[in-house]
Parts: sequence; C-alpha cells; structure tokens
Amino acid sequence: MVPLNYYLVLSAMLFAIGTAGVFVRRNLITILLSIEIMLNAVNLTFVAFGRALGSADGQIIVFFVMTVAAAEAAVGLAIVIGLFRHRESLNPDSWTALKW
Amino acid sequence: MAPETLAFYAFGAVAVVASLLVIAQRNPIYSVLLLIASFGALSGLYVLLDAPFVAVIQIIVYAGAIMVLFLFVVMLLNAPHEETEYDERVHPLLRPGPMRFGALLALVLAGELSWALTRSGDSGRFPAGAVASVRAIGRSLFTDYAFPFEVTSILILVAMVGAVLLARREGRG
Repeated sequence: MVPLNYYLVLSAMLFAIGTAGVFVRRNLITILLSIEIMLNAVNLTFVAFGRALGSADGQIIVFFVMTVAAAEAAVGLAIVIGLFRHRESLNPDSWTALKW
Repeated sequence: MAPETLAFYAFGAVAVVASLLVIAQRNPIYSVLLLIASFGALSGLYVLLDAPFVAVIQIIVYAGAIMVLFLFVVMLLNAPHEETEYDERVHPLLRPGPMRFGALLALVLAGELSWALTRSGDSGRFPAGAVASVRAIGRSLFTDYAFPFEVTSILILVAMVGAVLLARREGRG
C-alpha cells in the first residue's frame, strides 16, 4: 500500500501547479481552470487523510467542495461571459477600473 | 514493485503532467480537455484510496458537468488565443514585473510544501478499515451533515440565479 506521504506530496505538486497557473497565465478561463486544479489537489488531501483516519468525513467534505466548485464555476463563467461582452477580451489586464 | 504502487505512480504522473500542460497550453480548449484527463487520473487515485463514491462523482460531476460547462463557455466566446503584449515563448521567470514575482511565489510554495512534507518523516501505512460503502457515506451525509447538505442546496440555487442574472443580455427583461 502506498503511504500517506506520497499522496500528500502529489497533492502539494498539483496545488503548486494550480497556483503557478493563476499567477502566470493571462487568460480568465485558464485562471479558473487553475483554481479547479487547486480544489482537486485539496480534495485528494481530504480523501487521503480520511482514509488514514478510517473515517467517512473526508469523502463527505469532498462532496461539499465539489458543490462549491460547481457553484463557483457557474458564477465565474457567467462573469467571464459578461466581461467578454463588455470588452471582447479575456485578458484580466483589460479591466483595471477598480485597480488602486 | 507492487501493482498498486505502480498504479499510483502512473495515475500521479498523468495527473501532474496533464495539469502542467493545462497551464502551458495557449488554446483554452486543449486546456479544458487536458484537465479532464487529469481528473480521470485523480479518479483512479481515489479508487486506490478505497473511495469509489468520490471516484464516481469525480467523473460524473467534475469531468461530466463542470468541465462541459467550461467547454461550452470556451466555444461560446470563440476567443481561443491569449492576446498578450509579451512573447509567450519566454519562460515565466524571465518575464517582466509581477508575472515573474507570481511564478517565483509558486516555486516558493512548491519548495515549502515539499520541505514540510519531507520533514514530517514516515507517515506510516493506511489502517485496514476503510469506509468505502456508499451506504455509510449517505447515512453520515443525511444525519451528521444534514444541515450543511441543506445549505448546499441553497448555495446551488443562489449560484444558478446569479449565473442567469449575470449572463443575461443588457437592456432586456
């Protein structure tokens, strides 16, 4: 059986990849996808810890995280569509009205 | 090497490589499709962790519903390429200003996480008893977690109304 640490390292790698995507990419859709990568990395941690503790709670939390991710994707993509209608661009640097 | 370890490395490699390609692609459609591949590998990892329920909802909800939503939007907007003022082929660490800072922060995060995990020593093996049955999960969900479950339904409703309202065309209705 693969030890818990391996899953945690894998999850950390995925989370770092997602963070890098949010920081490096300049495309709203890719940024939302990177957020999904990070959510999935956390889900993997939850399931691995739940398995290590022999409890069902980890899997239930994953269920809730997925619900929140679905809501976030729906609202986020609606905002992206609205922004795109406004300025025909997906580059987040196109919107600086609230930038200090 | 045990087949389970082999499967872990295979799924883990697919997940990491697909995720890396997601943030390396210039065309968002390929990013979405690669992310679906990454989610498939994660679903295999959930099977290895004795969590078949999570593995199945990972495929059905994430790959099936959320990613299709993303694909819809990518195709609807029809703006495949990232328009930028810098050369896309330049490595992120060599790009100017805040982007270099961001890439550096991500690298620091990766280093920090691996440092913390290697210092923690051997985490030991998983215990024998795993909660794998959907029956146990469902019972816990509808008794101990009944209130969060109901709150979730309100969240979904709010998200649905919000998405419809935000994506509505201006000046009508």
